[in-house]
Amino acid sequence: MIEAFMQSFMLRAMLAGIFVGFMSSYFGVFIVQRRMSFMGSGLAHAAFGGVALGILLNTEPLWIAIPFTIIASIGITLLKDKTNLGSDTSIGILFAISVALGIIFLSLKRSYTADAFAYLFGSILSVQTSDLIVTIILTLFTVLTFFFYWSRWAYSTFDRELAKTDRIPVTIDDYVLNILLAITIVVSVKLVGIILVAAFLVIPAASARLIAVTFFGMTIISICLGIVSSIIGLITSYIFDLPSGATIILVQAVIFFIAIIYQKASMSETI
Amino acid sequence: MNNIAIDVKNLYVNFARYSALENLNLSIPGGNFVSVVGPNGAGKTTFLKVILGLLKPNQGTITIFGKHTDELSPFDLGYVPQIKTLDRSFPALPIELVSTGLKAKWPGKMIKTNKEPVMETLEKVGAGNLAKRPLNKLSGGELQRVYLARALIRKPKILVLDEPATGIDWIGENDIHKIIDDYKSEFNATIIMVTHDWEAAYHHADHVLMLNRQILCFDTPDNAFTEQCLRKTFGHVGHRHEMIFVGRHHD
Repeated sequence: MIEAFMQSFMLRAMLAGIFVGFMSSYFGVFIVQRRMSFMGSGLAHAAFGGVALGILLNTEPLWIAIPFTIIASIGITLLKDKTNLGSDTSIGILFAISVALGIIFLSLKRSYTADAFAYLFGSILSVQTSDLIVTIILTLFTVLTFFFYWSRWAYSTFDRELAKTDRIPVTIDDYVLNILLAITIVVSVKLVGIILVAAFLVIPAASARLIAVTFFGMTIISICLGIVSSIIGLITSYIFDLPSGATIILVQAVIFFIAIIYQKASMSETI
Repeated sequence: MNNIAIDVKNLYVNFARYSALENLNLSIPGGNFVSVVGPNGAGKTTFLKVILGLLKPNQGTITIFGKHTDELSPFDLGYVPQIKTLDRSFPALPIELVSTGLKAKWPGKMIKTNKEPVMETLEKVGAGNLAKRPLNKLSGGELQRVYLARALIRKPKILVLDEPATGIDWIGENDIHKIIDDYKSEFNATIIMVTHDWEAAYHHADHVLMLNRQILCFDTPDNAFTEQCLRKTFGHVGHRHEMIFVGRHHD
């Protein structure tokens, strides 16, 4: 068992799972608390447009998907700020445009497009060293935001207006958050796939919300659950020969139901 | 020394084609308690947002102790929002919310130096026992005390209150007004309070600003709560107006 995880592809998969688990569960607390769960799904599908363009251009899909998804995230934020449309509508529009573009790009590619399916369902075991390096760099950026942005994002998540009265640059901070979120999603897509990446963002944070009494606590618990579920999911998928991304999500789901039971139990104790 | 706390000149605020505030001109002396009253949609909250620097006027100027709103430090103003704006699903404790008044940012781990002044202020507003109870478990009155503590901890020269006693029982409302009155006396603070409660406005304010997109009356409570001013502002005079006058005769 231990030898299996010493193989380089498994080691890369484990490290990538831990880093992606960390980032997505960290950003997830803002997504869940701002009621933007649909954003994760929307940006993942926007990434599909970028991946398809990368495949069409015969280049590394990640390098096209990152700017493509960043533009989509800026578009969503702009559309929300400059019109009176809700964020779900803005996300829905950009989501549909990106998927439509993705389908057209893939249809223009006359040869077999197996890569596209790899991105749809993810393949954590095929993570390359270059993917891992990108993931590590992004994780370091994410750690830095913990010191510079966490308290500002937390404040504006609690009450945008109150944060604005304290001269927090809420709008600029929103763009920074959404851009980092877009990059995190693109990197995660390679591991868990477009279809399941939103769960990576939402489930650990939602579980943490059920347990925590402070937002700082929610952040820490969410990160721990994100990392632990990646490790357990990867090991389980190896033992039972199951798809890794989907197994990790199911582990997160089990933790979520345990968190519900914990919350109910602690509420009945209080009564 | 210029003791004008808030100076408003020729101020207009428009939302698209809708005019929210028109040609406001007034000077509020430092240390004054001003109640802003008017019907729904009269621009009361818009006026507060201009004072807080959340909205820029389309025309005209507003200065706070001679400074434009974007030159102010967050610590110059204390703000108590309407509690109905609170997202009760956000996991937070009163001690954390009050510390935002001290640090102007959301706290991570509370350290002891922050905790002491926070606890002191919570005690002052009678909410010391609530410090570690989740915000979503607090009643409207308890929450209002916590928000008040958040505003008072920075000892602001100007306290801006948006319906601070709405939805609170009579005793709770009186407690909140006493805390505000005591703060005003202790620090000679300027208080701007939007309220629908004419009795509170009448009994606590030095001046009453009757607003309905324009200033229709700005005077002492006795001179503002006249039939003429109320008719101009609200279009009619309600039953509560009678009650205020009954109270006045008893006084």
